[in-house]
Amino acid sequence: MASLPPIDLPRGATGDGSFDAPARDAVGGVLFDTLLRLGDDSLILGQRLGEWCGHAPSVEVDLSLANMALDLIGQASHFLNHAGAVEGKGRDGDALAFRRDVLDFRNCWLVEQPNGDFAQTMARQLLFSTWQEMLFGRLQASADETIAAVAAKAVKEVRYHAELSAEWVIRLGDGTDESRRRMADGLDWMWRFVPELFEMDAAAAESAAQGIGADVSLFREDYDARIRAVLAQATLEAPADQRPILGGRRGHHSEHLGHILAPMQYLPRTYPDATW
Amino acid sequence: MVTAAVRPPGEGAPRKAVRCGGPEGRNPAPYFKDVLDPGLRRGDEIWAVLATVPDPEIPVVSVVDLGIVRAVTPDRVTITPTYTGCPATQVIERDIRDALDAAGFRDVAIETTLAPPWTTDWITESGKAKLHAYGIAPPSEAATATCPQCGSAETEELSRFGSTPCKALWRCRACLEPFDRFKCH
Repeated sequence: MASLPPIDLPRGATGDGSFDAPARDAVGGVLFDTLLRLGDDSLILGQRLGEWCGHAPSVEVDLSLANMALDLIGQASHFLNHAGAVEGKGRDGDALAFRRDVLDFRNCWLVEQPNGDFAQTMARQLLFSTWQEMLFGRLQASADETIAAVAAKAVKEVRYHAELSAEWVIRLGDGTDESRRRMADGLDWMWRFVPELFEMDAAAAESAAQGIGADVSLFREDYDARIRAVLAQATLEAPADQRPILGGRRGHHSEHLGHILAPMQYLPRTYPDATW
Repeated sequence: MVTAAVRPPGEGAPRKAVRCGGPEGRNPAPYFKDVLDPGLRRGDEIWAVLATVPDPEIPVVSVVDLGIVRAVTPDRVTITPTYTGCPATQVIERDIRDALDAAGFRDVAIETTLAPPWTTDWITESGKAKLHAYGIAPPSEAATATCPQCGSAETEELSRFGSTPCKALWRCRACLEPFDRFKCH
């Protein structure tokens, strides 16, 4: 399997990858920041999956991807509406989704990665949904009632996402030469973005200390074991670990995010307050 | 804002309170209690109105059948969304608002609550029977669904995701017809 070249960091950069991250942790408070991280992950991946609508390999897969997108946008709506209420500046979920720019988004890099082919999309979904299922399992005990309630409901839906993507990774990995090559390439693309899912920066640590967020480092081993089990069934090897890319949680994103926001935000920005 | 005045004749009139809804197992309030507590009677009337509000996606069941209505007090109806991303949630709230307004319950507020989360256990037994009759296999823990067309248990899942967030796509191997199965959540 061809591995992507390692990421070169500039001289003097710290090892955590967020070498130029601004030192403005948790703008707007820990709860607001936590809600943006959760909501933006769901929103951006939901928007990404929506790009498949009408283009998937079969009508069943088309429905599956659109359904997952719908679940994710539903999560985003709950988290971002709550974030707006917590912030208390009159912004609702729509305002947060449509009227922020790249630097104000707090999603991880994994969710903004391009769909690529179907295999690459399934690689991203497996890595994200497995993580999100484990995260929501813990967030059911969040000190914030809304986070706990959304997590309790959504964890059952996310389990479907994780199962569906695992089944496809196995089917494509253990399939034809071409499907196997595509699946391996897809995993290779997405693998770099897994460490960010488990990053505990100062804001995440504070959120976990207050009982709002979860300490994601606690389920890294379980996560790795689950992913390894799926890859073993798919007869695929895990790609080599590379230097992690961090920074999405503090507003540093790949160039892809702007290209997602442009079509997503075009209408509400062009026709503010437009209604049906 | 739709007012009762612009509604077609008949629709604006308060609906007759018929005990066809309400969670099963709820006993009708004894008459003397109604006299002592008018609120109790009002609550029953609101339940009856809600039992006439169909689910927008599956109109054969009402919002009461689906367990979407969590609680009713004389001045408040509490509802809960079924699935996180269900686009029908907003339509359901609007439909309930319209039905309450039409029945003269304009002052009854609608409140949405997320906790505890809705589960398919809250679909009433009569709701499950209506789903089955409509051609949707009701939710169950069983590994296979019973075909709502021919009753065969020789069925298989085609796709975990169906026409709406709450349904999976199944196929009957006996009569070869596809059907929706309500996901067990």
